[in-house]
Amino acid sequence: MDEAERLVELIPRLRRYARALVGDRAAADDLVQDTLERAWAKLHLYRRGTDLRAWLFTVMHNVHVNKVRATRATDPLEDEMPELAQRASQGDALMVRDLDRSISLLPAEQRSVLLLVTLEDMSYDEVARTLGIPIGTVMSRLSRARDKLRAMMLGVPASGKLKLVK
Amino acid sequence: MSDEPQVTDSELQAYADGRLSEERSRAVEAWLAARPDDAERIAAYRRLGEELRRAYDPVLDEPLPDWLGSSRAPRPRWHRLARIAGWMTLGIALGVLAGWQLNDSRPFAASRGDLGTAMAHRAAVAHAVYSPEVRHPVEVGADQEAHLVAWLSKRLGTQLRAPKLEAVGYSLVGGRLLPGENGPVAHFMYQCNQGTRVTLYVRTDLGGNRETAFRYAREGSVGVFYWVDSKVGYAVSSADISKDALLNVANAAYQQLNPP
Repeated sequence: MDEAERLVELIPRLRRYARALVGDRAAADDLVQDTLERAWAKLHLYRRGTDLRAWLFTVMHNVHVNKVRATRATDPLEDEMPELAQRASQGDALMVRDLDRSISLLPAEQRSVLLLVTLEDMSYDEVARTLGIPIGTVMSRLSRARDKLRAMMLGVPASGKLKLVK
Repeated sequence: MSDEPQVTDSELQAYADGRLSEERSRAVEAWLAARPDDAERIAAYRRLGEELRRAYDPVLDEPLPDWLGSSRAPRPRWHRLARIAGWMTLGIALGVLAGWQLNDSRPFAASRGDLGTAMAHRAAVAHAVYSPEVRHPVEVGADQEAHLVAWLSKRLGTQLRAPKLEAVGYSLVGGRLLPGENGPVAHFMYQCNQGTRVTLYVRTDLGGNRETAFRYAREGSVGVFYWVDSKVGYAVSSADISKDALLNVANAAYQQLNPP
């Protein structure tokens, strides 16, 4: 199977990741479309035998970063997000409903790591290569993403070591 | 705590993801057994992972949108070319429009300087912009013709009609609302079996009562027949058919829109 065919087979996975990454369905498909356009244009730069999935997700990551940069306003900055009000109650229905929103409130760089690990089941090493960051950064972002998501979804305080001392 | 094996945060993450060796898993479990808060935290991480997959895995089974194509590779490339072509068309049209606005000495605008001529020009630009559209040629399709006509009539403040042009080989594709010089403009698109498109541009912002004869103008590759009846101006445009063929279509529209 050639790259083009494998690339097409990866489209549903790109869509899943994009949907979780940007939330909105139309915006997610726009991201996929822009990613595919870029990937077609750059396919000659892909090195045969290397991981096409990681390469494709790298393309998507770059496209996404450029888009976010162009519309800076809405993306929370790393570690500058105020603590969110904690929820008084919890339940499965609330959990599902709030998932989109909670993910959208994660800083973008933490969100990418969490989604690649959780949805794509990428190894930490693959995530590091895909996003072009050291593996230690992958681990710390993963840890912080989970901590924040848990705090938002379950109404528990973020774990001690990451919180400001009162 | 110092007498226990150390467990790093990275190992806890890997444990939550089920990626530790059996040996390290057992060490982490022993470590967590003595720390219920951490155990609860790691359990929550796992639940969140399951929730994430449950929420987003269904996207994998969604049918692909048309533009993604379900199969062969070249489609996105066509799409890209189509998009570029669309922008180029728009750019050319805007350039033409800008040139016309900036340069009154151009014969087209200067010939009479009247509203009808200006309308013909705007109609030509609208035709050049929208008729090459593949994905979004119209805002409302012919399948909702009654709604389309009612909507545009309401916006233009006068009862409009989409003429039936089947007798001259064209059927309605649909229409859209456009900004005109002083207000909204209605734009109807027709297509023949070969895919050739003709557009009808209707404006009601001319003000006052006036009439013009049936006239012809040409802007680049777009030919336009236009006329003004009372306060309504009409222009029929096409880039792909001869002047005679366009006249035939325009006559059919004229007879329906301005019955004797």
